[in-house]
Amino acid sequence: MAFIPGRMLQKAAILKQRGVLGMNRRNIAYIGRYNPRELFPLVDDKLKTKRMAMAAGVKVPRLIGVIENQYDVRHVGAMVDKQRGFCIKPSKGAGGKGILVIVDQQQGQFVHVNGLSLTLADVQRHVSNILAGLFSLGGATDVALIEAMIDADAHLSDYSFEGVPDVRVIVFKGFPVMAMMRLSTSASKGKANLHQGAIGVGINIKTGAALRAVQFDRAIAEHPDTGANLSELTIPYWSELLTLACACYENSGLGYLGVDLVLDREHGPMLLELNARPGLSIQLANGVGLLPRLKLIEKTVKSARKGNGDERRMDREERIAFAQNHFA
Amino acid sequence: MKSRIPFYLILLALIILGALSMWYRHITFQIPWVPGEKRQIWSVEAKVEFAAEGLPVKVSLAIPDTQPSFIRLNEHTASPGYGLSYLENAQGRRAEWSIREAYGKQTLYYRVDMLVDNGSVPVVSPPAPELAVPSHTEPYATAAYELLERAQQRSADAFSLARELIKEFNSQSQTAQLLAQVQTRSRWLVDLLNLADVSAREVQMLALEDGRRRQPLRTFLQVYQGKEYYLFNPENGIDEPLGQQLLWEYYSSPLLDLVGGTGSKVSFSIIKQDVPLRRMLADRPLQQDALLDFSIHSLPLEEQTMFKGILLIPVGVLVVVLLRILVGLKTSGTFMPVLIAMAFMQTSLVLGLLGFVLIVGVGLLIRSYLSRLNLLLVARISAVIISVIVIIAVFSVLSFQVGLSEGLKITFFPMIILSWTIERMSILWEEEGAKEVLVQGGGSLLVALIAYGVMNNEWVRHITFNFLGLQFILMALVLLLGSYTGYRLLELRRFRPLLERQD
Repeated sequence: MAFIPGRMLQKAAILKQRGVLGMNRRNIAYIGRYNPRELFPLVDDKLKTKRMAMAAGVKVPRLIGVIENQYDVRHVGAMVDKQRGFCIKPSKGAGGKGILVIVDQQQGQFVHVNGLSLTLADVQRHVSNILAGLFSLGGATDVALIEAMIDADAHLSDYSFEGVPDVRVIVFKGFPVMAMMRLSTSASKGKANLHQGAIGVGINIKTGAALRAVQFDRAIAEHPDTGANLSELTIPYWSELLTLACACYENSGLGYLGVDLVLDREHGPMLLELNARPGLSIQLANGVGLLPRLKLIEKTVKSARKGNGDERRMDREERIAFAQNHFA
Repeated sequence: MKSRIPFYLILLALIILGALSMWYRHITFQIPWVPGEKRQIWSVEAKVEFAAEGLPVKVSLAIPDTQPSFIRLNEHTASPGYGLSYLENAQGRRAEWSIREAYGKQTLYYRVDMLVDNGSVPVVSPPAPELAVPSHTEPYATAAYELLERAQQRSADAFSLARELIKEFNSQSQTAQLLAQVQTRSRWLVDLLNLADVSAREVQMLALEDGRRRQPLRTFLQVYQGKEYYLFNPENGIDEPLGQQLLWEYYSSPLLDLVGGTGSKVSFSIIKQDVPLRRMLADRPLQQDALLDFSIHSLPLEEQTMFKGILLIPVGVLVVVLLRILVGLKTSGTFMPVLIAMAFMQTSLVLGLLGFVLIVGVGLLIRSYLSRLNLLLVARISAVIISVIVIIAVFSVLSFQVGLSEGLKITFFPMIILSWTIERMSILWEEEGAKEVLVQGGGSLLVALIAYGVMNNEWVRHITFNFLGLQFILMALVLLLGSYTGYRLLELRRFRPLLERQD
């Protein structure tokens, strides 16, 4: 390990030159500046996000029910009775914590996405924990959402082991600046977090085709569990997905936004959740830094305002076209 | 974008304010920047509390003087409205307060600074007390004389007699219990030694330990042989080493005489200061311009001992901020490591580490059982809190039984915070596996250790306690770090793949 200050400064200089966005800069220069604090509850509370999305005509996974009180916990069994697979989430959960995915029900047992079977009591305990605020930021009391399970689009199902693949798009001031697809693996135990071993696939903003794929910081060519060739991955309905992502900017008002989308076999592109503090791993998946793109957008928006006196803004199609031309 | 200039002006103002205040203290009170050559001073504060009833009040408190191992430097009192005089007579040194009329709860402070000096010779050494021939009723007299007789047979001089007599009291426990019905053991010892023509008296001593509050006095036995004397602990007969015990009252007079009040109580706070020679010799200006003398030293000792710890917290906080913003370490609970580090300072490092690992380890075991019971979260955390308290209690009792009084200090651990840590770690264990628990727990412990290392540093302690202005500079540093947009040290590793590509 090089713990020599000179080498470290040198490394930092290279990262800076390549426009890699670091955590401190993200917090101060982007989240702090473009995401007004009062809008955070909208994205930190998945129930609010869902209601906002539905009001704006954005498709979301079907809501089976909401459990708000401890005495309702005993109704969980009845609520999910007709569902084969479903998903229980804390409404204010942070970092994907506390999400329980049940893929099937067999003789009163619930089959967890990782293959273990759970009893109804296990599921109820999980809901109790959610209500008590175990997974929420700062331990505030919470509500539990029960959603219908997403059935991954047939084009994509080969690319993921257990869990559903999702698409993360960073939307900056309404421009889609970078995208990646996250594929769960056996190493990540069905979860989509890169640091837990999920695969991150950088996506070409113009075409929706894979640029490169990484797992544990190393480039890989095939999915280690399914053997699918990752370079052939192309996301269907790509322009719809981009439109959906950019619509979230207008509806949420957040300037620096992470939009998580899924493609359902039956319902097409759907909004999974919004993130006001999107992570930085997307740079690793794409092999490029975010900063040059973010700076280009900042410059463009500023000059557009100056040029036309009457604050004319680019509309959604123009912004997407701009991004597709510049970030291909 | 908003201008950053006001922000930097505020930073500059804070730094200048802090630096000026530190410089002023340095110049005016000659407090050196580095600990340097120093002498130990024990500052002891006696706090007299009582309830007055509207009558004239007279309070007389025994106070110490220069004695073997200690030189009395200066003393002062805080007693608004009271007249004060220091007396020196056959009763020893006494501080006497008086007031014509007082109502309600009264609090008087007396504070003395004693310099540790092994060659000190008392100005007036207390004379050996005169022999008094006590008379006791039967059956106590016979029982006591029997003890004395046995001790005399096995002793050669005054000191060995005292030692043997105390041994007798310990081995003949039935006799000792019988005698205890009449008067205290130390009183009996004095009487019996007098009977054997050895002059002795009871004295009141204070055990010196840094940062103690509400310490009681302990009764010791002062036994003379000619002009020499030894001090014996009446319970175990050990002659205690000088230098760790301060003689407070040694003229066979009462600690406190109170006329005109009820419910009196005397308690002692102790603080150790390492003071440079220069300053010690100079007459210290005390409590004159309290506004300019912006220091903790103008507070009563009891509060000073508290601040000695509190003022270190910002330093620990700064360490956490540095490690999180510049290095990027993750900890479970943002400032939990600072609290753990504070606990380490009280307990000593090895014991602290042992205690931490023990509490968290046993807590996790109990928590893993609780998780099977399907309990509500609040109840479960409460159960963990109670278990943590029980673990701490058991640990204290066990270590005390084994003879490690250090073990008692484990109560300094922040129990509620530890319980939450256990709960979070347990969830982490269930969700992400034991490895992640080790990573995060180890990270917190590492940060706590670094914070401890910094906070326990001699120089850091010296400078935080003596220069309140430092706090402004710490504030400015924290604010400055809050606007750092560069990479974190661990990000250089995280983004390593982006370093290698493209060339």
